[in-house]
Amino acid sequence: MAELNTDAGGGKKGDKKVRSKKSNAKVDLTAMVDLAFLLITFFMLTTSLSKPQSMDLGLPDKQKEDEPKDDIEVADDRTMTILLGENNKVKWYYGKMDAPIEGPSDSSYGKSGIRQEILKKVQSVPARYNNDPKKGLIVIIKMDKKTNYKNMVDILDEMAITKVPTYALVDITPEEKALLSK
Amino acid sequence: MAVKTQKKAGAIDMTAMCDVAFLLLTFFILTATAKQPEPLAVDTPNSTVQTKLPETGLATLTVGKGKVFFGLVDRDIRIRTLELMAQEYNLNFTDEEKARFSLIDGFGVPVGNLKQIIAMTSSDRNKEGLQPGIPMDSIDKKKDELSRWIFNARSASAELKDKDLKFAIKGDAKLEYPQIKRVMDVLQDQDVNSFNLVTGLRGKDF
Repeated sequence: MAELNTDAGGGKKGDKKVRSKKSNAKVDLTAMVDLAFLLITFFMLTTSLSKPQSMDLGLPDKQKEDEPKDDIEVADDRTMTILLGENNKVKWYYGKMDAPIEGPSDSSYGKSGIRQEILKKVQSVPARYNNDPKKGLIVIIKMDKKTNYKNMVDILDEMAITKVPTYALVDITPEEKALLSK
Repeated sequence: MAVKTQKKAGAIDMTAMCDVAFLLLTFFILTATAKQPEPLAVDTPNSTVQTKLPETGLATLTVGKGKVFFGLVDRDIRIRTLELMAQEYNLNFTDEEKARFSLIDGFGVPVGNLKQIIAMTSSDRNKEGLQPGIPMDSIDKKKDELSRWIFNARSASAELKDKDLKFAIKGDAKLEYPQIKRVMDVLQDQDVNSFNLVTGLRGKDF
C-alpha cells in the first residue's frame, strides 16, 4: 500500500543499483509504527492507572457519640464551628454557641471565603497555647439537612488544604439550625 | 536476478503493522475517554486531595438519586459474599450464576431479585432506572439488606484475604446530607469508622 515503487519489471524489480536510487519513493514506516506502539503503550497504561481520586474520612467511634457531649472537655478558644446550610450557605463562629468569641458571621466557599478565616485560626490558636503542637485548632462541622454532598466534600477539602489538625462532623442542634436560617 | 529478488524480500513491509498499530491506538483512545457503563451514574464532587483508591480489597457504595448500589472489586470476594448472603436469605445460586455474578461490578436490587439481574446481559442490566437500589429502610438498621451485604462482604474478605475490607462512598454532588449520613451510619454501626469518599480532581486555584 505504501509502496510507491512503480516498477515495470513485475516480479523482478530490476537491478540492485536502480532499486537503491528509487528507494526514496518508498515511505519508511518503521518510525511511524514505533510511534504508534509507543502511544498504544501510553494509552494502555494510563487507562488502567487512572483510578478515581478519593478522600480519607475518619469518624469517631459511634459509642462515644452517644455519651453526653459534656464529657469531652474542649477549651472554647480552640473550637471553631462551621455551619453549612442549603444554597451554599456557610456560617461560622469561634468559641461557644451562646457566647462566641468571634462571629457568628456569614462566609462562602473557596479561597477568598472561609479558608482565610480557618487559616487565621490555624495560626492564632497554637500561639495562645505557647505553640504546643497538641493544642491546635478544632473545627466542628455541622450540616443542615438540606446541605448537599458537594458542600460536605468542599468543606472537608478546606480542612485538607488548611491542614486543620482536628476536625469532626457533628449533628446540628436546633439552636444552630435557627441561627443558620437567619 | 533470482538472488536479488530474495534480498528484496528481506525488507519487511510495515504497512500492515502500521495499520494494526493505529487501529489499536484508535481503540485505546476511544476506550480511554468513553465512560464505563455504570448502573447508577453519579457526578462526584471535586477535591484537591490526591489520594488514590486502593486497587484491591475495596467495596464501593454508590449513592445517588435516593438509591444505593453496592460493588466489590475482588471477584473471589464477590462469590463468597453471594454465598453468605444466599445462606442468610435461604436462596440457592448455581455455580454458573455465581460465576456470572462475579463479573458484575455493581448492582442495586433486593436480594430476591438478584437472580433476574444475574440472568441479564450486562448492557440490559446497566440501563438507567432498571435497578431500584438496595433496600435500606428497615427500622432496625442491623437487618437492612445493605447492612447485611456490608457485613457479609467483610466476613468474606476476612475469610479469604485475612484483611479488612475498605469502603469507598461514591456520592452524587447534589445529594443531600441525610442520605450520605444514613450510609455512613450503616457503616459506623458495624464499627467501620474510616472510609474513602470518591472525588474528582480539582484545579489548584480553588
